[in-house]
Amino acid sequence: MSKRYELRFSGSGGQGMILAGIIMAEAAAIYGDKNAVQSQSYGPESRGGASKAEVIISSQPIDYPKATAIDCMLAMTQEACTKYHGDVKDGGILLIDTDEVKDVPKGKFKVIGFPITAAANSELGKTIVANIISLGLITELTGVVTHEAIEAAVLSRVPPAFLELNKKALQLGFDSAKALK
Amino acid sequence: MSVPAEKKEKISVPFDYNKYLRPGKLPHIWCPGCGHGIVLKAMLRAIDKLGIDKDNVCVVSGIGCSSRTPGYVDFNTLHTLHGRALSFATGIKLARPDMKVIVVTGDGDALAIGGNHFIHTCRRNIDITALVFTNAIYGMTGGQYSPTTPLESIATTSRYGNIEPPFDTCEMAKAAGATFVARGTAYHTLELEKTIYEALMHKGTSVVDIIDACPTYFGRMNKYKSATHMMEAMEKDGTVSVKQVDKLPPEKVAGKMLRGVLHKIDRPEYCEQYALLVQEKAQAKSK
Amino acid sequence: MAEKQKKRLMQGNEACVEGALYAGCKFYAGYPITPSTEIAEGMSVRLPKIGGKFIQMEDEIGGIAAAIGGSLAGLKSLTATSGPGFSLKQECLGYACLAEIPLVIVNVMRGGPSTGYPTGPSQADIMQAKWGTHGDHPAIAVTPAYVQEILTETVRAFNLAEKYRTPVIVLYDEIVGHMREPITIPAPGELAVVDREKVTCKPDEYFPYDERFEIPPLAPFGTGYRFHVTGLNHKKDGFPTNDSKQIGEGNMRIMRKIDNHLDEIWKNEEIGLEDAEIAVVAIGSTARSARYAVNEARSMGIKAGLLRPLTLWPFPDKAVTELSKRVKAIIVPEMNLGQMVLEVQRCSKKAEVLGVHRVDGEPINPGQIIEAIKSFK
Repeated sequence: MSKRYELRFSGSGGQGMILAGIIMAEAAAIYGDKNAVQSQSYGPESRGGASKAEVIISSQPIDYPKATAIDCMLAMTQEACTKYHGDVKDGGILLIDTDEVKDVPKGKFKVIGFPITAAANSELGKTIVANIISLGLITELTGVVTHEAIEAAVLSRVPPAFLELNKKALQLGFDSAKALK
Repeated sequence: MSVPAEKKEKISVPFDYNKYLRPGKLPHIWCPGCGHGIVLKAMLRAIDKLGIDKDNVCVVSGIGCSSRTPGYVDFNTLHTLHGRALSFATGIKLARPDMKVIVVTGDGDALAIGGNHFIHTCRRNIDITALVFTNAIYGMTGGQYSPTTPLESIATTSRYGNIEPPFDTCEMAKAAGATFVARGTAYHTLELEKTIYEALMHKGTSVVDIIDACPTYFGRMNKYKSATHMMEAMEKDGTVSVKQVDKLPPEKVAGKMLRGVLHKIDRPEYCEQYALLVQEKAQAKSK
Repeated sequence: MAEKQKKRLMQGNEACVEGALYAGCKFYAGYPITPSTEIAEGMSVRLPKIGGKFIQMEDEIGGIAAAIGGSLAGLKSLTATSGPGFSLKQECLGYACLAEIPLVIVNVMRGGPSTGYPTGPSQADIMQAKWGTHGDHPAIAVTPAYVQEILTETVRAFNLAEKYRTPVIVLYDEIVGHMREPITIPAPGELAVVDREKVTCKPDEYFPYDERFEIPPLAPFGTGYRFHVTGLNHKKDGFPTNDSKQIGEGNMRIMRKIDNHLDEIWKNEEIGLEDAEIAVVAIGSTARSARYAVNEARSMGIKAGLLRPLTLWPFPDKAVTELSKRVKAIIVPEMNLGQMVLEVQRCSKKAEVLGVHRVDGEPINPGQIIEAIKSFK
């Protein structure tokens, strides 16, 4: 991959979008053999509001740290989707939480929907792992990092008591994405 | 009045001030009749009683007449910015808890521009002694009213009488958490020496409010006939010792400020708490 | 040690903590403010573990004042802030300049003026870093653009502060401060660490501002050298003076000690300037956009290059003047309404100078710079 691969994780504060970005960057740069830069923008709220994290992945040194032509964007809320989808490039992927994003934006990108938060709740009993399910979905959909790298990155960030839960969340993402491709 | 024999021995005058004064730095900048020199001498006698090496004493000041004190004394001395003496001193004390750190400050320096640092130093209970030279006026800039200027007093910025009520420095220090609070005056010089000594011996933040009249500005604008008249009116007659207050009829106490040690409690000192944190928690956790 | 050199993903502000500790910083005093707070948080965890001192002060002024106190007591000291906090620290910054007290101040630039845009980036404190405190005074500011570089430049800032006995500012924008990149922490000895010069003379022969030295050594308080420090103009013994000759000489000496060592203090990165016709001068995250833009321009056949000052103050006059004689145009993109561009104009002898500015809290993107480059083609 000589060119930049751009990802954006967006949702509301407290949904773990920045953590998802960090994990993706670690999967690429620490547990993979690529370069990665993660950046974010957020409002004054620790909870609520629109929040986004961006990850640029490349096999080359990365200069500009922000996304301009997004290859894959995740939108966990309607507000974040409306606010941030504009930079998704033609042919890119917009992954939305179908229960949250009802007003689906039109564009030359591919929209993929999955009830991410609902799945976290019904399948795993914990809404908090919705961001980890997203990482599984994105990894499987884009192939930007390997399953092994994302798993190592997730597990390195999780307290021991929650290892199994997060493994399951990631696997749920991988498996669900196969049906969405 | 005769002085009891056992007390006589403790009085440290005559005293060789040259031991602690820097050669060639006098005369000082203070006006004739100003009490700052008297306070300086009481401070030196009190420090002498501690019996510690001059190398281990640090005197820090802010800006103003009283803040020129460090320049005259032979210690590690730091003349800082207006209001900031306690913050600079906090840095030195935290870096070198073994040093005796004394802050010399005025009422404007400590309570107006430095008010925030003052209350938070008291709250932390860091082992610093703050000597607040209270002359109820900004002397260095020529006589403007300060946070301790009494109501109706005349100053160059309150020509029609001061309408702002003054702070009670001791009440504020106590409320903010200082563990030793006292008041002295330049008039009661031997008592002041003893009070400063007690403050220096106390572990924690100690504040001594020192009533110390400014004849040049406050005195002239407020119709005091002379420096001595002013000292007697404000310092001698305007205060009453905490030791006597219970024995006096209410009319002799009304409107007067209390002198002596007003508040003294034990509470963990900041640098000691920091050392415990380092030993017991942080370093243990890193193993 | 091998484990320490492992690559890890780290935030810019966290790398600043690593750099400070690498440089031997043992004292931190500050006040929380976005977007620099991670530095205080990091120091509060790390310093107690190594016997260092951390204190959260009651305000920004108290933060820098206590750090100056810590430095006077002999510890390498750090304070960090942003926007309004940098304004509040200016008086104490001037004190450290005149009293010649080593200190490192980090300013993570956010949108302004006033409270402005706390979570957004800017580069609008470029001039404040030089002229923020009153009076003429020396100013050194280093400007990292990469997370790894925040670590190495923080070490360099401590080295410059200790060597030249002066406050040094580490100046970077919110984007660089909050972004995460993989970095490796250098092994001990890998980067040079400069310690304060020891005083060896007898106490009665010691003068803290001895004019026989270009940079007189500073004895820590409490080590047997009892001297006086003041923010007033002073004589060699540290005591205030009204003598115009002494005032003038003292003011000149603190400037001279920097001006005589510009070649040692200056540091620039140059990309593609050998044959460049159009040059970009940029710092921080804007330099990253510029680098991208210059590469893009090259791929379009335009001979573009980048001059990236890592020492912003003292300004790299010599490098910019030389560059201006060789190129047709110099483009200065910066997240402000025109600050560094004034310095480039001052130094530029021939080339046309064009500023590219933005103050909406968004970064200057490579496209904007490419457009500017193309406008000269």
